[in-house]
Order: sequence, then structure tokens, then C-alpha cells
Amino acid sequence: MGRVERLSRRSFLIGSAAIAGGIAFGSYNGVAQAAESAGSNPLTAGLGPNSVTFNPWVEISPDKITLIAQHADIGQGVGSAQVILIAEEMDLDPGQFEIRFAGPSPAYFNTGFKEEFAPFLAADQSAAAEEARAATLEYLRKTGLQMTGGSSSMPDTYEKLRVAGAVARETLKAAAAKRSGVAVADIRTQSGDVILPDGTKIPYTQLAAEAAAVPPVLDVKPRDPSTWRMVGKPMMRLDIKSKVMGELKFGIDQKIDGMLYASVKLNPAKGQPLKSYDASRALKMPGVKKVVEIKNGVAVIATNSWYAMQAVAAIDCKWAPPAYPAEQAGHWKVLENSFKPKFLGKEWRKVGDVDAALKTGKLVQAEYRAPYVAHQPLEPLNGIGIVTDKGMEIWVGHQSPQFVQHVAATAIGLKPEQVIFHNQWTGGSFGHRLEYENVRVLAEIANQMKGTPIKLVFSREEDFIQDIPRQIAIARHRGSIDKGKIVAADLKLASTAPLNGLLERSGTPTKDPDAQLAAGHWNVYYDIPNFRATTYEARGLSPCTTWRSVGASTAGFFTESFIDEMIHAAGLDPMKARIDMCAVPTYRKLLETLAQMSDWKGPLGNGKGRGVAFVESFGTPVAEVVEVTATDKGIRIDKVWVAVDVGKVVDPVNFENQVQGGVIWGLGHAINCQITYAKGGAQQTNYHHHEAMRLYQCPVIEVRGLENDPKVRGVGEPPVPPAAPALANAIFAATGKRIREMPFNKFIDFV
Amino acid sequence: MIELTVNGTKHQVDVVPEMPLLWVLRDELGITSAKYGCGIAQCGACTVQINGKAVRSCQARIGDLAGKSVVTIDGLKNRDKHPVLQAWIEHQVPQCGYCQTGQIMQAISLLESTPKPTDEDIDEVMSGNLCRCGTYPRIRTAIHAAAAKMAEK
Repeated sequence: MGRVERLSRRSFLIGSAAIAGGIAFGSYNGVAQAAESAGSNPLTAGLGPNSVTFNPWVEISPDKITLIAQHADIGQGVGSAQVILIAEEMDLDPGQFEIRFAGPSPAYFNTGFKEEFAPFLAADQSAAAEEARAATLEYLRKTGLQMTGGSSSMPDTYEKLRVAGAVARETLKAAAAKRSGVAVADIRTQSGDVILPDGTKIPYTQLAAEAAAVPPVLDVKPRDPSTWRMVGKPMMRLDIKSKVMGELKFGIDQKIDGMLYASVKLNPAKGQPLKSYDASRALKMPGVKKVVEIKNGVAVIATNSWYAMQAVAAIDCKWAPPAYPAEQAGHWKVLENSFKPKFLGKEWRKVGDVDAALKTGKLVQAEYRAPYVAHQPLEPLNGIGIVTDKGMEIWVGHQSPQFVQHVAATAIGLKPEQVIFHNQWTGGSFGHRLEYENVRVLAEIANQMKGTPIKLVFSREEDFIQDIPRQIAIARHRGSIDKGKIVAADLKLASTAPLNGLLERSGTPTKDPDAQLAAGHWNVYYDIPNFRATTYEARGLSPCTTWRSVGASTAGFFTESFIDEMIHAAGLDPMKARIDMCAVPTYRKLLETLAQMSDWKGPLGNGKGRGVAFVESFGTPVAEVVEVTATDKGIRIDKVWVAVDVGKVVDPVNFENQVQGGVIWGLGHAINCQITYAKGGAQQTNYHHHEAMRLYQCPVIEVRGLENDPKVRGVGEPPVPPAAPALANAIFAATGKRIREMPFNKFIDFV
Repeated sequence: MIELTVNGTKHQVDVVPEMPLLWVLRDELGITSAKYGCGIAQCGACTVQINGKAVRSCQARIGDLAGKSVVTIDGLKNRDKHPVLQAWIEHQVPQCGYCQTGQIMQAISLLESTPKPTDEDIDEVMSGNLCRCGTYPRIRTAIHAAAAKMAEK
């Protein structure tokens, strides 16, 4: 496995091979994209008089400039970083433009998914891999899939938004040239003005009407990075001040005149219907206007969210039983029995002769487990909706605008285009706002309250109970050590399918094996001569979905824990062995950087221990060292070092914040979080049951961003997967105890 | 009718006395800077000042607040130049930002009682405020920075 091998394309790629045939990687570029999107620019429809839009990301009226953030802002900062990419090229300064989130349109299809959906290892830059990615891009263009996820925001928009800004700038200059009779070459732009050779400044807003009348200048290239004013430099995120001052309105803060408030109680057995209910007590409670029956539960409409929550809690409901085991032990049992050919997802990768190699040398084998975990961003699920005879209008923070239309429309018998969607700033997501529990029930409720705007807020308890969790998984790994080297690794895991579950609920089911289960499982970059990675997909368990870093959040823990066990069995140093085995030069550099940052010198002694882990997910390689001390009060995490290679750091301050947040997310949930089922419902219903990390447990986290990768990569999720195995490996180094199951606090105390 | 003072303005609200202050602020008065996160004092996102003390507004019955003065982040004195808010901006603490108004109101309370907090003081007082995005390192830095700034004066 010294070289990164190729794999066959997945079925959809074969289907689009005719298109793919003529496309070599590199023929796609931002120019073509900007030009093509102009034809179906969704901004055209809402354009006022004397206004212009050059592409789906820029709109100028006589009053203002509006830039479109294509992705949903779930705290990762795209509401700032994406518009800055445009503003950089347009010579606009912060404060000179308004920011709006993209509405549903295929013009905003996610080009970044070409990296994740093409079935090649991220480090594989071969012609065949690039050709498959180009073909995948064409497939994505055809489907128009608009989604925030997979840490794709920067890979998707880094190039195309700068081109969009450059097109706008050059077209404004062309309009100014036409008006003044001066050659375009003699015209420049600065701070929202076109500047003529004699110093005359024409604000962009004054050129809007004329710019609409000249052909857009599409033959542009984004500027050289050496000229950048904002991109790549430390800058103030545009949303920081309004968030600090408490002025920014999240979805849950919005208000519409005449609206009433709703809260729901839904069948804890996820997806199953309501059988009967008794609302007699609730109907007598203060503020209550109405009780509404919906498919999988009940809603109370009231004059205040709190009245609605109190009253809905007082409704007695009889529920249909779950479609999965009622008790948690039953879930584990199904999973344990899923390592069988009939549940095979896919053998994702096979190198050498694993079965023969396992018979030589010393056998190492271990079983690992990862539980269901909830997302629980701090802003609960919510939304405002109004249904009229024409259709539905909905205000909700969501990562998949088109699927919101689909789900809401399907729930109440509309066509998707009858649903008008307004995306909102969100108080976090972590994958939660890719699901539709709030969207579907809001449509059902508003449909029974026609003409009245309804603001739905889930109670925290209801949000926990309806949270479609992270996949549950078991890994059974085997390997062998011979002459101080890892000679074989046979990685098998059984899991529920998070991405396929989400796609099915989005109305786009697939029969392909769930590729997210391969993440952190097949993309192992160590030179192990006999290697096999296989997934099994358990059936009949809880629905599951994408949780920050998705498949790699569990498989990364399994793989890097097992690699560590094998390294230990071989008598090697965990850091040095990883560096020696690493088959990708840029990734080896990353590990070497981490060793240097952390001043890695082997065992620490005195109750201290260090663990290292390295996982590539969504194309971004991340390596982490965790240092712990075994104290009288339990394990204390002292420090974490993280090295991340994203090809290009677009916003260094936000980058550091994202990386630290990802590490904290990975550590906190590994330590103390799980969702377990009893009587068909989640047993954890608020944060005291599912706490993750609090400030007192938070270590110092030192971050280094590298730019050696040939592509621009995302950073929202990839820092998560190495955190849990690095911690488990550190605990082993400090105590000699191997923890093979999350959450770790089932097995060891933490400070 | 229950009368209370919020950010210096008197309001009359017609709700049951059991209603928590949080929901009076948000749904009755339209003051949305105090956030609903958990409803059971586990997250701190709803933190406001009542008579100068940081309180979880999800736990304060409106019926108990007659004659008391409530201050949300919108009503802080010297808000535009407040050293804690300035430190939060300078160190770019927020990610999603949903918990941050509560974090700031708690930090202001900490700095009033402990002008030069140690890391242990910060752990003690701030650990009741959850941040799901994991901005804790920046929260700690911003509190130390604000303390230093306030000590200059």
C-alpha cells in the first residue's frame, strides 16, 4: 500500500460517463461557472428598477450592494468568509455591503462535493482520480444539489466567489468606461467606487443601471494572492460585533406581525405515528389557543412559547411502538450480529493478501464501540411558517434549501416551488440542521392554521428526544506484527448508515453502500502491505444522520486506536512509527510538524501520558497530540497540539477558532456523551445528561495551519476525528489502560 | 398585570406569575438577546442581571420580580465601550454566537466580584455556561484581557 491505489467508479459516475468522457480535470474553471450561472441567475427575479445582478452572488441597486453567502451559516463563519471572497475582488470594504443567504436554486450547486463523492482517496491526485472528480462535478451541476456540509464551504466557493467578484468589478468598469469615454485600462476601483484617471469617483450603486446594459465581462481571472487586502490575513469576522452586542437575530429571534407560538410533543419512537391523545388538561391552561394533531404527535398553539411548551407537556399521548428495538441492549445485539455477508456494505479497499498475512507474525485483535450521540446545538429547532392558498413561506435556518422545499411541500400536498424559503443565522448545527423534524411539523401545523404565521420552538427536551443521532458502530479489527512491523490490518466495522439515512429522508434515496462509513476506515495512509477495509450496514436500528465529521467520528477512533495498539505491540514509538509508515509526503510533513510542535520525545512518566492520532476526513489531514495527567480526581487533559493542512488558510483567526472548537467537540463527546434508548425513546433529554466539555475541562489547544496540500480544504469537521483516539491513546500511555469504547467515562474518571 | 423594569424602562405584562422572565423578555417584550437553551439552568444562555446580579432568566418567576430592575446586554451602561464586550470583539470569541450574550453577562458578573480572576476563578464561575461550538479558549483569553483593561482605569 505504498502507493495510493485507484478504485472503480460508483454507479452514478458510470451513468454520467458520456459527459465525463470529454472532460479533463482543469477544463472546469471559475470563468465557465460564472458565465453559465448568469443564465439561470436566481437574483434576476427579485431585481428592482435600475439594478443589476452579474451572477448569483452579487446584486447592486441604486441604494445598496448585496452580496450572497451561498452556504448556511452554522457558526463556521461563511456569512463572513464567503462574502469577503467576493468583496476582495470587488474592492469593497466591510460595511459597504449587505449580506444575504442564498435562496434555493441549482445555481448554488455545491462544487465542493466533487472531492468527497468521487470514489478516490483524497491524497490521490492521479489523472484517473481527477477525471472522476471532474465527472462528479458535472453530475453535481446536473442535479443542482445545494447543501452545506462535508466541510465543503471553502472548497466550493474559494475560486468561484472570487471570479464572481471579479466579473462584477470588470463589468462596473466597463459601464464606467462607456459613460466617460475613458479606456477600461485607465480605470481602477477602490472602496466601492470606480475611479477615473482624473480622480472622479463613481460609486458602484450609481452605475447599477448602466452596468445592467453592458454585456458582463466574463473573461476575468481572480487576482494574485499577493495583492489580497483581506483574504488569508487576520481580519474581523463580519458577524462578531453584532453577535457580541446581542443584536444579531437568529431564526429563533425572528418575529412576524400577528404570529402565534407553537410547541410540539412527538412520538419518542422516531418516525412513528400518534395513536391517540387526550388534551383536556392542556386546553384549560393559560395562553392556549388550540391543540392541533399532526402525523407523529400533537402541537399546542398559544400566545407565548412558554405557554405552548407547558401545555403540550400536559397532553397525554398514546404512541405507536418503535420500528427499532425498544431497549438499548437490543441495538447493540443487532449490531453485534451484523458482521455477516448479507449486511455487507462494501469492501472498500484491499491491498495484498490479508488472510495469509494474518497467519504470520503476532496477531493483534480488538473490538471497539461508539454509541449514538446527539447534536444539540444551543439554539433549539425552530421556524416560522405561514400557509396560504398560494403556498407556504418558511423562515428557518437549514443546510439544504431545496430539501426544505421538498419536505415542507410533501408534508402538506404542495409543489416544492410553492414553498418560499428564507434561510436564517443559526445557533450551531453540527449536522442537526440537515434534518427536517421542525420543517415537517411546522408545515403540518401552519397548514391547519392557514393565514396565521406560526412560530414553532422545540423545547430542549423535545429537541433531544427527536434528535436523529450519530451512527452507532462496532469495529472488529485484526492485524499482525512481524519483525517489528505492522504487516497486516483487516478493518471491519458494522454501523448504522448516516448519510444514506439523510438522503432517504431528503427524498433522494440511494442503494449505494454508505460511503461515509468508509471515512476514517479506508483512507489509512500508512504503508501496511496487506490491508483490507470492510463495512457492514446494520438494519432495523434507530435512524441516524450526519454528526460533525460523520463517519470519521467513529471510524477514526477505531482505526487510530487500533493502529496505536499495533504500534505498541510492535514495540515502536507512536509518533515515530506513524511518521515512518506515512505514505503521503505532505501528510508525513504534517506529522513531523506535530512532533516538532509538541516536542515529542516518547514516554513522559510520572502519571503523564501523550497520545497521537492522525485522520484525514473530507480531504483534510489532521494530526493531534493530547497530553493527560492521571490525578487523584481522575484524568486531566493538560494540553492539545493540532496540525491541520488545508492548502490555504482563508481566515486565520476563524481557522484557529474552528480547529479548537472541533477538538473540544471531539474530546467532550468522547468523554461523556451517549444517547441510549429505553421504551423506544432517548433517555437523555437535556444537557445534564449529555454535557460534553465545559470550560473547566478545556485544555490549552495549540493550532498550526499548514498550506502544503495541493487543494483548498475545509476545516469545520476534520479536527474532530483525531481527538477521541489521541485522548484514548494518551490515557493508555498514562495509565496502561486501553479504552475501546465511547464514552470514556464509563471506564475511567475525568477531573 | 405585572410591572417590571427592563433596561430602565417600565413594562406591564399580562402573563401568569409562574412564567419565567426569559419568556417575558423574548415573547412579550421582544428582547431577544437573552437566549433559550435548556430551560433548566444547565446552559447559561439566558443569563441577565436582576438588581445587578447575574441570574438565569429561565429560572426567575416573573411574579417575583415586581419592583426589581432587569438588565439585559442591550441595557448595559457604557455598552459601546464596555471593556468586556470590547475584549469579546477584539478576541473574536463567537462562532455561532448563540451562547455569547449569556457568557458575557456571566463574565461581567465575575469581573465585578473578582476584578483579577485566576484561571481557577474563571473555571469556577464560567463552567455553568455551555458553548457547543467550543469557544472556551477564547472566552478565557477575553476575560483576562478585559480584567487587564479594567485594571488600567
